[in-house]
Amino acid sequence: MNDDVVIEATGVEKSYGRVRVLTGVDLRVEKGTIFSLLGPNGAGKTTMVRILATLIKADAGSVLVAGHDVARNPVRVRRSISLTGQYAAVDELLTGEENLRMMGRLYHLGRKAAWRRTDELLEAFDLVKASRRPVKTYSGGMRRRLDLAVSLMTRPPVLFLDEPTTGLDPRSRQAMWDVVRDLTVTGTTILLTTQYLEEADRLADRIAVIDHGKVVAQGTPDELKRQVASEYVELVLDDGENYDRALRGLGAAAVHTDPQLRSVSVASDGSPGGFRRILEWVEGQGLAVTRVRVKSPSMDDVFLALTDNPDKSTRSDSVSRKVGI
Amino acid sequence: MATHSRLYWAFSDSLTMIARSLRHITRNFELLFLTVVLPVFLLLLFVYVFGGVIDVGSAYVDYVVPGLILMCAGYGASMTTVTVAHDMVNGIVERFRSLPIVSSAMLTGHVVASLVRNMISVTLVVAVALLIGFGPTAGPLGWLAALGMIALYILAISWAAVALGLIAKTVEGANGFSFFILFIPYLSSAFVPAESLPSWLRPIAENQPITPTVEAVRGFLMGTPLGNSVWLSFAWCGGILLISVIGGTYLFKRRTSR
Repeated sequence: MNDDVVIEATGVEKSYGRVRVLTGVDLRVEKGTIFSLLGPNGAGKTTMVRILATLIKADAGSVLVAGHDVARNPVRVRRSISLTGQYAAVDELLTGEENLRMMGRLYHLGRKAAWRRTDELLEAFDLVKASRRPVKTYSGGMRRRLDLAVSLMTRPPVLFLDEPTTGLDPRSRQAMWDVVRDLTVTGTTILLTTQYLEEADRLADRIAVIDHGKVVAQGTPDELKRQVASEYVELVLDDGENYDRALRGLGAAAVHTDPQLRSVSVASDGSPGGFRRILEWVEGQGLAVTRVRVKSPSMDDVFLALTDNPDKSTRSDSVSRKVGI
Repeated sequence: MATHSRLYWAFSDSLTMIARSLRHITRNFELLFLTVVLPVFLLLLFVYVFGGVIDVGSAYVDYVVPGLILMCAGYGASMTTVTVAHDMVNGIVERFRSLPIVSSAMLTGHVVASLVRNMISVTLVVAVALLIGFGPTAGPLGWLAALGMIALYILAISWAAVALGLIAKTVEGANGFSFFILFIPYLSSAFVPAESLPSWLRPIAENQPITPTVEAVRGFLMGTPLGNSVWLSFAWCGGILLISVIGGTYLFKRRTSR
């Protein structure tokens, strides 16, 4: 195995009774990068993380984390990883400081080292003022920060974050992103799950889109965007009559139409020639256009195109049409 | 890190977990109330309110203290059911499981804290009882034997409480389960002699763990005849302990490996 590959999963399967939660997942995460498992609720993200973190066993497939097999050598794996779950796993009745010290002891740090690391982490996560208060008085953002601080007690080389910002307000989410990004500076490898496209787009070096227990696409955020759709040109028409004419003229080539804004999008390959052809067509038709914009597909487009979303019938149709032109 | 033996760490982890559970007592009003206030309150209630009408052939305070101690242990243990259930649903168990520790250290913490909490209650009840006229005839050995019986009972019922907390799917459910632990003392010879019960209730009173344990403690403290109560109590407490430890460990493994 390549030394730079920290997590390598091959053909991971897991079922609960007749429900197949994971149906053959392959992942490769390189050292010092942030890897995001992106998917809707119930896609199997948490199950996958729990397998990687040795909490549950896969039915089939192999998983190597930090060079050790999770099934055969979970204790070794546990020494290199830390998991922050969806719900802040801290003791509500203890203070922030007591929580950290206790975990330090349970990580077998030795009393002095545990005390020292606690002070460092309280400082780093802006919890010094609240350190002597019971955790039940903390806000959601503070709890998550404390939870993450606990995970970092031993400076683990591999960190699993299961939906680290679910339920946080925008400001706390931003603060969490800053913290996570800072961690990679020290060489920590992070695998995070999220259902927020924005989060994956902003944080991850690589993304695996997971749906119905399967990886449906994998790559850098840019690669994924390219994989789904080329760029497109948006025309905003002067009035309703011009809008109708443009629609008729474009037929199936029109994507993302919006009668309210009188905007019509046309797929383009992003080249100057492609752009010119569209403008020439507009001129030839004598259409009154007030604004022309070149747009890249958003992560939303990627997500909806790849996952089996309830409103797929309308949205992903338009995406596949876009790809088709 | 690896300079200590596994045994050292198993011990150290358990101590850390015990410290955690003990801290909870001072932070949780209900726990504190059930540990300190309720036992004394119940003692005074039984002695001064019910004691006047219950005739046991001797001073009621002498009769009721052993029973009360066991009942308070039940209250204390019922809180353990709730705190275990709380740990299981709130996610901290996942954190503990991901640590390089013996995962059952968490259960050990709960059991030992329950034992400590209940021994505090026992001490308080006995102290107040002595003030209001409790007059045991036992020497040091008798006291030691009585405390041993009580500790064994508390240990057994605490493990049972842990197992019930693991069976419960919710904290509310755990609360419901603990009702059973609280109810059995009333159907025993803890508060009234078994002979005074209606004949159909007597078999229930005679064939359950509280009655022999109460009789044994009474025998050691007050010098009443022991009969075979000590052995019966050992059998009951030992049986409950065995089933609860095996069942509890199994349930804990099963619930944390999904």
